[in-house]
Amino acid sequence: MAIPLKYSIRSLLARRMTMILTVFGITLVVFVFTAVLMLATGLQKTLVGSGIDENAIVIRESSNTEIQSFITRYQAGVIQTLPDIALNADGQSMVTGEVVALISKNRRDNSRPGNIMVRGIQPMSLSVHKDINLTSGRIFEFGQTEIIVGKRIAERFQGCGLGETVTFGMTDWKVVGIFETGGSSFESEIWGDVEQFLPALGRPVFSSMTFRLKDPAQFSQVRDRVKSDPRMTVDLKREKQYYDDQSRQTATFIRVLGIVISVVFSLGAIIGAMITMYAAVANRTREIATMRALGFQRPSILLGFLTESIVISLVGGALGLLAASSLQLLRVSTINWDTFSDLTFDFALTPNIVVTVIIFSLIMGLLGGFLPAVRASRIKIIEALRAE
Amino acid sequence: MPAIVKISNLSKSYRRDSIRIPVLENINLEVEAGDFLALMGPSGSGKTTLLNMIGGIDKPSAGDVFVGDVPIHRLSDAALATWRARHVGFVFQFYNLMPVLTAFENVELPLLLTRLSKTERRKHVELALSIVGLQDRINHYPRQLSGGQEQRVAIARALVTDPTLILADEPTGDLDKNSAEEVMTLLSQLNSQHGKTIIVVTHDPRAADKARSHRNLDKGELA
Ligand SMILES: Nc1ncnc2c1ncn2[C@@H]1O[C@H](COP(=O)(O)OP(=O)(O)O)[C@@H](O)[C@H]1O
Ligand SMILES: [Mg+2]
Repeated sequence: MAIPLKYSIRSLLARRMTMILTVFGITLVVFVFTAVLMLATGLQKTLVGSGIDENAIVIRESSNTEIQSFITRYQAGVIQTLPDIALNADGQSMVTGEVVALISKNRRDNSRPGNIMVRGIQPMSLSVHKDINLTSGRIFEFGQTEIIVGKRIAERFQGCGLGETVTFGMTDWKVVGIFETGGSSFESEIWGDVEQFLPALGRPVFSSMTFRLKDPAQFSQVRDRVKSDPRMTVDLKREKQYYDDQSRQTATFIRVLGIVISVVFSLGAIIGAMITMYAAVANRTREIATMRALGFQRPSILLGFLTESIVISLVGGALGLLAASSLQLLRVSTINWDTFSDLTFDFALTPNIVVTVIIFSLIMGLLGGFLPAVRASRIKIIEALRAE
Repeated sequence: MPAIVKISNLSKSYRRDSIRIPVLENINLEVEAGDFLALMGPSGSGKTTLLNMIGGIDKPSAGDVFVGDVPIHRLSDAALATWRARHVGFVFQFYNLMPVLTAFENVELPLLLTRLSKTERRKHVELALSIVGLQDRINHYPRQLSGGQEQRVAIARALVTDPTLILADEPTGDLDKNSAEEVMTLLSQLNSQHGKTIIVVTHDPRAADKARSHRNLDKGELA
């Protein structure tokens, strides 16, 4: 039979100051840990959100991103005439060729330059890509030197607001609309007519092609068939996979770094919890001995003290989680290390992170509380009762 | 009356740096069921040590301790704990109540080791607290009680499981004269009115007066 939970909780509350300090240490560690996981997840979500499973993207073989890719005219021709491409309501093939490039513009807040990804699109791009919505203005007119700007760029870069003019490729481009895409990385891009962008950027060919699959389940067959032509030195990826691959490296780097830092910090928190619990055991040897005399078994005592340290760590964990969840209100801008363009995203708290963080807190409580709890369970009854 | 405690040829020595310190030598003692025994003797004579061995929180170096039919000197650590929960109620000199638990919760503590339901536990606790005259202090914490009241709560805790034995080690040692008198009267009532077998260790002759029988320990030997 376990010693009552109210005994454990009230004993903790009886040493309020020590308890608060110990909890606070754990809160700090959990806050850092949670924040890092949220950062990595937010980054991944933003990039992965740009792709959908029904789309396939074609880039040059062994180029990781569109930025380093180009598609030859022959290859573009083959892709455009694939029989596996879905048709839209008007019976047109849902395939699009696009060009991307990086331009440098000054930021609004500190006037320092940052890279922006510009994307030349075809009319079909607007239906092939996911959830493109204009928040103000209108869509650019094909054949004109007009552009629409992703809302993250419009907010953050000089000259990128509605009605303003962005200059690149020795051309002035008028911003006629602002668009959003539900938080995906397209919101950190500038879009215009591919036929205008190609000559302006001095590019002879598309960077990438994207098409909607007639039957998404057939993706690997389509890929294998395309690749069987030796002149098709291209990679086909599911669009979602493509963005996932892009974010993985950076996200993994953030995660690993964060976990290493958290583990180092957590050693401090664990030692703090351990000191607190050793002190608790020392202060309460007489109570422990009395419980043992009443007939409580060693394992019950062990469990009781472990409960106390777990309560400390879970309360600390919950507070850290709570504090970190307020970061969701924050927006982060970073460089997408795969394309070197500016990317804006949010801290994302997922059920997965919550579970991970609770387990992390639990482990800290267990590690900090175990040795003191063992000591408590091993006290010698008669000596503890004799001591005054 | 049959003997409820039977101690034969019991010796106890402690070891300190490979030196054997004998504390009890060849003790033989029988306590009858329903007795109220005062174990007396000067400080350091081994009274606490003997009581601890009857209560199963210490083990003899040699000899037997039977309580009822149970050879408690042979029980394992875990089995002893289970045995104590069923058969022994301890009363300590410094009460040893849990400071974070109320009088009610302190008395309920040993009942958590039984199969009693919550309502049954409540009944037992209320009865025990009314026997010691503290039914109106149920929700008080130890720090809100006087020493005498604390010791009465401790006595309620010792009797609430209806144990075979109540063992009290200097129960009046920390109390003023009036409280000491109250506590001893209470123990004597438990013995005379409720038939409890009680062993009290004390070196206070006035406290010992309330007991039915008396044994004296001197330098580890029983007289
Ligand atoms: N753990 C121990 N180690 C060594 N000596 C002990 C220990 N416990 C008790 N003693 C010794 O045993 C003797 C009897 O102690 P105790 O039973 O407490 O006597 P009393 O209760 O009669 O005052 C004392 O001399 C004490 O110092
Ligand atoms: Mg003593």
